[in-house]
Amino acid sequence: MNYLILAIVIFCIGVLGLLVRRNLIVMLMSVELMLSATNITFVYFSKVWGVLDGQVAVLLNFVMAACEAAVGLAIIVQLFKLKGTVDIGNWRELKK
Amino acid sequence: MAFYIIAFFIVVPAILVIVSRNPVISAIWLVVTLFAQAALFVLLNAELVAVLQVLLYAGAIMVLILFVIMMLNLNKTSLKWRAVTGERLILGLGAFYLLAVLSFVLWMISTGPAANAPAKEIAGTIEATGKLLLTKYVVPFELLSVLLLAAIVGSVVLSKKQKVKET
Repeated sequence: MNYLILAIVIFCIGVLGLLVRRNLIVMLMSVELMLSATNITFVYFSKVWGVLDGQVAVLLNFVMAACEAAVGLAIIVQLFKLKGTVDIGNWRELKK
Repeated sequence: MAFYIIAFFIVVPAILVIVSRNPVISAIWLVVTLFAQAALFVLLNAELVAVLQVLLYAGAIMVLILFVIMMLNLNKTSLKWRAVTGERLILGLGAFYLLAVLSFVLWMISTGPAANAPAKEIAGTIEATGKLLLTKYVVPFELLSVLLLAAIVGSVVLSKKQKVKET
């Protein structure tokens, strides 16, 4: 039960960071926080029900987080080359 | 008791991630919270997941993010603190609304009949988890390798296009 409350709190911290911050890298890190909160939920339910499926789901989630970070950071680097800033307010379009 | 100590080391760095003005400091705090989550996974009998959390998340992904931050060479103006006002205050309240709704749902569930199911002992060893990953979950596993390939190709294409444009 405590684990679920912890996961909810972390997830909401991630949502808060995503909504309030305007630095794109910090926003990406907030998404990572939200993903890790789902990982805690998976592992907790795996323990509660006594099956390992939740832990396997977490392993698959790791790969997804890696993909998301790789593509997201590539996009951020390209946009930084284009505009010279990581503030999201200056990016209204992806092309020149 | 161990849970509360670990929870403290998860939540406080997680808050510091989103409030510190320098992205490098944010990344360091994110590493701390991910390490504490690995400790939490050990507490929940998920040893393999804990090891991979340290290796993949705190190792690979955070190094990637830190490298990009260093590469971008952020100037002083982008490190400036910006006040949370107006529209962003309203957006931030949305997160607290979500927190309230999720907590309420959790409270409703916890007072229901299925709160205290008998738990079997599990051990998240490499053998048990790996066997499940390569038998029952082999299709999602293979699909994720395709996703990983797509991500690699996507990153290369994104980097390559810019090079052509510059020359």
